[in-house]
Amino acid sequence: MKLRHGAFSYLPDLTDEEIADQVRYALRNGWPVSIEYTDDPHPRNIYWELWGLPMFDLDEPDGVMAQINECRTTFPNHYVRVLAYDARLGRQTTALSFLVQRPAEEPGFLLTRIEGENRTQRYAVQSYATTQPTGSRYAGG
Amino acid sequence: MSQPAGQSGFGFYRPGAEEPAPPPAAAAESDPAEEELLAEDAELDLSGDESAARVEQVLASLDAELVGLAPVKRRVREIASLLLVDRARRRFGLESSRPTLHMSFTGGPGTGKTTVALRMAEILHALGYIRAPRVHTVTRDDLVGQFIGHTAPKTKEAIARAAGGVLFIDEAYYLFRPENERDYGQEVIEILLTEMESERGNLVVIFAGYEDRMATFFSANPGLSSRVPHHISFDDYTHDELMQIADLMVVGENFRFDESARAAFSEYLTRRMARPRFSNARSVRNAIERSRLRQARRLVELDRPLTRDDLVTLTADDIYGSSVFDGPDS
Repeated sequence: MKLRHGAFSYLPDLTDEEIADQVRYALRNGWPVSIEYTDDPHPRNIYWELWGLPMFDLDEPDGVMAQINECRTTFPNHYVRVLAYDARLGRQTTALSFLVQRPAEEPGFLLTRIEGENRTQRYAVQSYATTQPTGSRYAGG
Repeated sequence: MSQPAGQSGFGFYRPGAEEPAPPPAAAAESDPAEEELLAEDAELDLSGDESAARVEQVLASLDAELVGLAPVKRRVREIASLLLVDRARRRFGLESSRPTLHMSFTGGPGTGKTTVALRMAEILHALGYIRAPRVHTVTRDDLVGQFIGHTAPKTKEAIARAAGGVLFIDEAYYLFRPENERDYGQEVIEILLTEMESERGNLVVIFAGYEDRMATFFSANPGLSSRVPHHISFDDYTHDELMQIADLMVVGENFRFDESARAAFSEYLTRRMARPRFSNARSVRNAIERSRLRQARRLVELDRPLTRDDLVTLTADDIYGSSVFDGPDS
């Protein structure tokens, strides 16, 4: 099961050149770019770990690509995403976010149904990966 | 920059769609000149190259704006020709390794190292060696960290900012402090070395500094010295050249020397050059700035309506006011 997370997730995975082009687009717009990683793929998990610091005042994507590659080497089986933050007054939010790495195997999610009062049905999803403690999910990660 | 087969992403295989069309941005970026190869017996007119014309323009402005520095100009011209010929060779499909263009600029203060670096960036960009005609100037403070583990991120940040352009390291010899073996400068040099080695970076590093100290710097770091093929030394200006520079600066600021002022400035230079801490063109600029100050005071004290002529003229008095004339005759 392929996690559809962030922009471009329904496209074939981006190559490094395409990632660099997207990062260049963000930098041209004056959005500082940061890199985050996690091994908890739950869609509601918004607290990914920040890799290094957000990168300010760049003109070319080379520095970002170097950081992405460092992050990939350190966490070869984690999800890694690139964020671009638009700090303009009135927007002040993430302007672009897309995955640049995913684990080799994604086991998917378990849907649990919870019986509530008066036969109401509630649903929860749980990633099979998160049955392992953090750090040892996704085989070898 | 089309997508190489077998590298279709980071792990997701979609049958029937392995070869997505290359993004238009990447296609637009590649140089159209590189796309078709010329036949074996074709002839290529270098002057027809559009970027050659731009380079010629930059070189002409280098000649016009910078006084003297003949060896530097010759060297810059050589490097430009090298890149131009390299481009021509590629048109014929003659593969050769990308020339290494890291440089060291040595010379006294105020001899135009930074200005030449800016021009160099324009030339390298016109010939497609770097992606942007940008110079990121750093000194020791911007590269060396304050504690263990701080240096590497700081240096990498500077390199990331300069990516695709020129990294100009001013006073580079401060990076190496032999008297303190725990100095973090050595770490900076090591990181720079690996970055200079890699071809993909399109980064040109220029080390700048004073002649003698740079010589010790390079002799203490043989690895660095061997990776910097172009050593360009900037000679100190002669008295005549400094006068030319002064004339250019004065005209550039919409002023003019009157007859006696020019002679006075020439005398000023003779005295100033004999003094310690003379920094060539920079000293000339400062002297002119201070003359303007004295001119302004003189004009205000005149206490009469001023003409345009008053406002643009620097007189001998404005120059003789300098403290250089206070001391004994040199």
